[in-house]
Amino acid sequence: MSAIAVTTTVNGDPVQFLTDPGETLLDVLRYKLNLMGAKEGCGTGDCGSCTVTLNGRIVCSCLVLGAEVDGAEIGTIEGLADGPNLHPLQQAFIDHAALQCGICTPGILVASKTLLDRNPDPSEEEIRYWLAGNLCRCTGYDKIIRAVQAAAATMRGA
Amino acid sequence: MRYARPETSTEASRLLATEPGLARVLAGGTDLLVQLKAGMTEPDLIVDIKGLPGIAGITREAGGFRIGAAVPNQAMGEDKALVAAWPGVVEAASLIGSTQVQGRATIIGNLCNASPAGDSVPALAAADAVARISGPNGERDVPALDVAVSPGKTRLAKGEFVTSIFLPARPANSGDAYLRFIPRTEMDIAVCSAGVNLVLDASGTITAARVALGAVAPVVLLVEAAAAAIIGSKLDDAALARLAKAAEAACRPISDKRGTIEFRTEVAGVLARRAATIAYARARAAK
Repeated sequence: MSAIAVTTTVNGDPVQFLTDPGETLLDVLRYKLNLMGAKEGCGTGDCGSCTVTLNGRIVCSCLVLGAEVDGAEIGTIEGLADGPNLHPLQQAFIDHAALQCGICTPGILVASKTLLDRNPDPSEEEIRYWLAGNLCRCTGYDKIIRAVQAAAATMRGA
Repeated sequence: MRYARPETSTEASRLLATEPGLARVLAGGTDLLVQLKAGMTEPDLIVDIKGLPGIAGITREAGGFRIGAAVPNQAMGEDKALVAAWPGVVEAASLIGSTQVQGRATIIGNLCNASPAGDSVPALAAADAVARISGPNGERDVPALDVAVSPGKTRLAKGEFVTSIFLPARPANSGDAYLRFIPRTEMDIAVCSAGVNLVLDASGTITAARVALGAVAPVVLLVEAAAAAIIGSKLDDAALARLAKAAEAACRPISDKRGTIEFRTEVAGVLARRAATIAYARARAAK
C-alpha cells in the first residue's frame, strides 16, 4: 500500500497530507489534520455527525476518501466562527439550548450554514427536510429548528 | 487496495480491464464506501472517474440532456431547464438519501447498484433514457432499463463503466412523474414505486406512454400493457382503472420486512395511477 500525497484547502487554508487509499476524509480530518469537530457516529452516511462541505456541497466525510479531495475546497465546523466571534448559528444554538450531548452539533451547524447560504428564510418544513440526514438523539429537534430560524432572522437583519 | 484517478476514459477502461483482482468504480461513493466499511466488498483497485473530462457536467445535446456520471443528484435539481423538461426524473433523483447524500450520490451509481428499489431507475426507464458505456472496445449506448440484469448485477463487461445518461428531447405536450411508497417521510428505500412518462396531442389524448415499476420484481419493470391501457384515452377514470389493473398484473414482488407481495402489488397500481395523473397534468401544462 503506497501513500497518496494530497493537496487541498481546508477552511481557506492550503493543506497537504499523505493518505492511504482506504482512509476516509473524516479520519484524515480528525487524525491527520487534528480537526476533531466532525464526529464519527455511524460511519455509513446515515447520521450526519461527520458533515463537512466539499466544494460547497455538504457531504458525509465518512463517505469520502481522503484521496478524492485533491484540489478540492473543504469546510469544517472549525471554520464557522470568525476568530473569537461565534457565527450567528452557533450563538443561536447556545441561546436556544439546541444541544445537549453535542455530538451531532458540528454536523448540524455545517449543514444549517449551507441551507442559510442558499435560502436566507427557510420554512420549518424546509429546515426539517434539509437536516433530515442529521440525527440528534437528545433534543427532539424542536430547539434545533427554532435556533436555525432565529439565526436566519439575525442574519437577515445583519 | 490501490486508488487511481485516470484522466481519460480509455485509461479508466484499461485500468478496470487489466486489474487481475477486483476493481471498483468510484463516483459519488455513497454505495461503495458503505460496502467497504461493511466488508461487503474488498477491491484491489478503486478507479475514481471524477477526473474524466465532461464527467461532472449536464450538457444540452440534440434537444435533450446528457448527464455525466459524476453529477451529484443535487446538481440535477439546480438545473432549471432539466427540471422543466424532466421533472419526474429529477424528483426521483432528489428523493435518494439525505442532503449530504444528495451532494455526492449519482443517478448512474443508482443505476449500476442494480437494486430493484433504486429510485431513479423507474423514472429513467419511463423517460427512455440511454446509458453511454465506455469500455476497452470504445463506447456503446444501451437503454438505461437494460443495465441491471438482477439484484446487484449489471450487464457491464469487465473494463466497462457508464459515463453518462442521455435524456432525449421532449415533444410538445409531454410530462413525467415519479412516486414511491415509504413508511417515513424521507431517507428510506422504496417499498414500491412508479415512473410514468406521457405524450399528448393538442386535444389531450395520450399518444405515447411509458410506465415503469420499481421494487416489484428482481429488476425495474417497463409495463407495456399499462402503457397500452391509457394510450388513446384522456386518462379518464376507466383508463386509470385499466392502468392500475395492468400494473398490478405485471408485479412479481417478494414479501420482506418492508412489504408483503399483496401490499406491494396493490400499492404499485395506486402509484401508477397517481403518477400518471401528475404526468398528465404536467403534459397539459407543458408547451
